[in-house]
Amino acid sequence: MSDPMRIRAQVAGANATVRVLMSHEMETGQRRDAGGKVIPAWHITEVTAIHNGKPVMTAEWGPAVSKNPFLQFTVKGAKVGDKIGVTWKDNRGDTRTDEATVS
Amino acid sequence: MKRTLRLASLALVAVTALALLASAGSSVAWAQKSTADGIAEYRAMLQDGNPAELFEARGEGLWQKKRGPKNESLQKCDLGKGAGVVKGAFVELPRYFADTQRVQDLESRLLTCMETLQGFSAAEIAATPFGQKEQVSLEGLVAWISSESRGMKFNLPQSHAAEKTMYEVGKRMFFTRGGTHDFSCASCHGSDDKRIRLQELPNLTRQPGAANGFGAWPAYRLSSGELWGMQRRLNDCYRQQRFPYPGFASDVTIALGVYMGVNGKGGESIAPALKR
Repeated sequence: MSDPMRIRAQVAGANATVRVLMSHEMETGQRRDAGGKVIPAWHITEVTAIHNGKPVMTAEWGPAVSKNPFLQFTVKGAKVGDKIGVTWKDNRGDTRTDEATVS
Repeated sequence: MKRTLRLASLALVAVTALALLASAGSSVAWAQKSTADGIAEYRAMLQDGNPAELFEARGEGLWQKKRGPKNESLQKCDLGKGAGVVKGAFVELPRYFADTQRVQDLESRLLTCMETLQGFSAAEIAATPFGQKEQVSLEGLVAWISSESRGMKFNLPQSHAAEKTMYEVGKRMFFTRGGTHDFSCASCHGSDDKRIRLQELPNLTRQPGAANGFGAWPAYRLSSGELWGMQRRLNDCYRQQRFPYPGFASDVTIALGVYMGVNGKGGESIAPALKR
């Protein structure tokens, strides 16, 4: 079971700045363990964001993104009280969705 | 898809530490600043998204959750300011505890609480390698407990005779040279303006270096993606000195904590910080 994301969404002028911290191993599939065996790839493949239920961003991620990734983006026209939802999916089929209110 | 692009713009995805350092280098004039300024700027860029927050959240949950053979939470744990008081406890540790008749730092005190309240074996956890089993729980707990004292000033007590003794022991250890490289802590951290590779090293014998060094741990290390407490930090110091590894939560590590913490009196705690 994956840990919750930390999402902060703050109004900046006519838009909102959203900052997201995700808890994920982001294993590349390129590393080997002490016994010489390849550690299988395990990373986020897709991140989506929704603003009051409407999709505003889709991003395809791969093994180049760091462990415990940080993502920041701007949502145009978001106001105080709006809901921002973020979802990630990884290559093991695991997924997690968290929501924050714009402040 | 067009609509998607219109509504949102992707500003920044933190990728690897190296990539960010490289991009910072291309947008500013490197030669104009010291390396320390550059590293400080790089840390400031990342501070906003310090993954230590993920560990803090996990630690807060672990503090409240009923766990262990006795199925108890840690909410009655006395970190020096009374049972269950977390705020401000971090900046007064290590200190003397009457119940164990020992000077204890945060991690050794947590081992005591996990044993007496939850029924875990402190010796077993101390013998567990970093980053495994209950050592992982300790990472979250130290992150959260230290975050509850963020911005507060270090004020380690020195009123009990045992605390004074531990300060003197820590001082002795700090200056003791040995190992294949004839190293001591003081070889790197005993005077101002020393460097290892590009990193400037804090002088831990006095302010402001003592609080800057001691007060930055626990910290999230970007290079390894791990949260390190003071015990792991000291363990790695000893590795670099080519000394034998000190026991987890052993008196020598606590004594060094007392020495650095007392030297850092009045300095601000920024833990859990972000390290390269």
